[in-house]
Amino acid sequence: MESIGVLMACPMNPYLEQELHKRFTLHRFWKVPDKSTFLTTHCNSIRAVVGNASAGADAQLIEALPKLEIVASFSVGLDKIDLAKCKEKGIRVTNTPDVLTEDVADLAIGLMLAVLRKLCESDRYVRSGKWKKGNYMLTTKFTGKRVGIIGLGRIGMAIAKRAEAFSCPISYHSRTEKTETKYKYYPSVVELAANCDILVVACSLTEETRHIVNRKVIDALGAKGVLINIGRGPHVDEPELVSALVERRIGGAGLDVFEHEPEVPEELFGLDNVVLLPHVGSGTVETRKAMADLVLGNLEAHFLNKPLLTPVV
Amino acid sequence: MDSQPFLAKTFPPLLVLRSPSVPPFFFFKSQLQAHFHLLDPLDSSEPTHSFLSRHAPSVLALLCVGATPISSETLSLLPSLKLVVASSAGFDHIDLQECRRRGITVTTAGQAFSEDVADFAVGLLIDVLRRMSAGDRYVRSGSWVTKGEYPLGAKLSGKRIGIVGLGRIGSEVAKRLVAFGCSIAYCSRKEKPLVPYAYHSTVDELAKKSDALILCSSLTKETHHMIDHGVMEALGKEGVIVNVGRGGLVDEKELVKFLVQGQIGGAGLDVYEDEPLVPQELFAMENVVLAPHASVYTPESSTALQELVIGNLKAFFSNEPLLSAAQLE
Repeated sequence: MESIGVLMACPMNPYLEQELHKRFTLHRFWKVPDKSTFLTTHCNSIRAVVGNASAGADAQLIEALPKLEIVASFSVGLDKIDLAKCKEKGIRVTNTPDVLTEDVADLAIGLMLAVLRKLCESDRYVRSGKWKKGNYMLTTKFTGKRVGIIGLGRIGMAIAKRAEAFSCPISYHSRTEKTETKYKYYPSVVELAANCDILVVACSLTEETRHIVNRKVIDALGAKGVLINIGRGPHVDEPELVSALVERRIGGAGLDVFEHEPEVPEELFGLDNVVLLPHVGSGTVETRKAMADLVLGNLEAHFLNKPLLTPVV
Repeated sequence: MDSQPFLAKTFPPLLVLRSPSVPPFFFFKSQLQAHFHLLDPLDSSEPTHSFLSRHAPSVLALLCVGATPISSETLSLLPSLKLVVASSAGFDHIDLQECRRRGITVTTAGQAFSEDVADFAVGLLIDVLRRMSAGDRYVRSGSWVTKGEYPLGAKLSGKRIGIVGLGRIGSEVAKRLVAFGCSIAYCSRKEKPLVPYAYHSTVDELAKKSDALILCSSLTKETHHMIDHGVMEALGKEGVIVNVGRGGLVDEKELVKFLVQGQIGGAGLDVYEDEPLVPQELFAMENVVLAPHASVYTPESSTALQELVIGNLKAFFSNEPLLSAAQLE
């Protein structure tokens, strides 16, 4: 398969890069100084694109690669891939579901605990050398808090299962009610926000869910409410969230994703009620290897004319 | 001077012993004054020794505020004492042997805090494995922009958790981590019947079979420094220690050595051997999360503590069953 051209959209995983290089002719798109010339030169040899949460295959790239057969994403989110275009051209699309579900759910709970119990703030305090015996700060109890989940898919369900162990009542909003679960359904995100203490974004990013957490939702969540985003930055109207946090109209936020990563609004840096992470939801050694193996497995299956492991299109 | 209302003199007398450095969280004066006549040596200009001697005949009950030491010497000044009410999660600062010898009942306060402490322990574990505090620092320093992707952490779900001390707090920790697909094993003075977790009779055995140890036991002569060189070696290079018990459970010097030499995966610490002193070597480490003995500080725990302490005292003075009498072995 060494003659098959694979275009890797951006750096994402050394092991994956190594393996792709071993098995295919790997083109590292981020190292190309003149992308349009590159595409003209190599368009007939590139049959696969490997993307992730940062970069995938938009309409422009797909049009520039007439021999493209498959887009394998090193992520479960598909918002960087023009799915309609792929469908139209018969291009297969795969992602990495299931293998990262637990890590993302673990981190969602971790963020809830970190924000409510001020774990990062406490760590900063101790490291500053300012701790005096007897000093303390009251933080907010996590057990029993009402958790509202936007999107009850694999990740949303995994978050619910974990939060239940902390006696948190669970409610959710999704496109359709999931009658097989016992959790309380709200037909709108605003109603969900008004009836929970911690609102978690766990749905996929589409045209419909862009800015699903807007000013109205933030207002409904309220001064004691906490927002956790382990979805995609564009799920949240970021400027609205920032002003709500700065003005203390919302209780706090745990954010793993941002609208323009790696840029994070600097106004957040001075706040003690936010936890900011550099998009590490699936960022463990174990999971990234499993994701990489899934990408490689899907590509291999495709080029050997076998059934894809995790097809989306 | 006595600042209590006139009717307070008809309330049962309650001796309050507190070190000035104990946080006000543990001494809810006005709530106590609503039910008891407080005898507080710190409110008197009289030397403590003579204050105690003078009030001794009427003192049946004593409130130990926070971690104020109650020594056999203090107890010897109170011949009528029948009850010591602890107001912190641990009570290693109370001379339990002397209480047992004198037939003095001790009530504990642990159940007021167990959920909050368990939450905190799980939070510390996730923080160490997934590098939350370190990641937050990374973002705030602008490193995500300049240095790019943050190094990978370690997965929690499915890991083997070893709980040291399966009391109320240990059980709450176990219950939570089960939902993360973790397998739970524990060690304890005695095996607990009807518990669905694997029992190990020694910490070394537990450490060999665990990816992370969560320390939830009380500090006694037997448990002092139970997390020693041998246990840390058994836990291994990827192993993580979370301590929400007492600093004295861990040989702190040894732990620092192991961390500095990369012989252990990481640590989440809420307690230390000599608080508020924290070994400086830990400040530079990314695989360590440090908290200032904060696991109990929520408004809910504060309310629960007040209710438990006052509940125990009211029961005592009404000759009713106590809410949380300790088994003094």
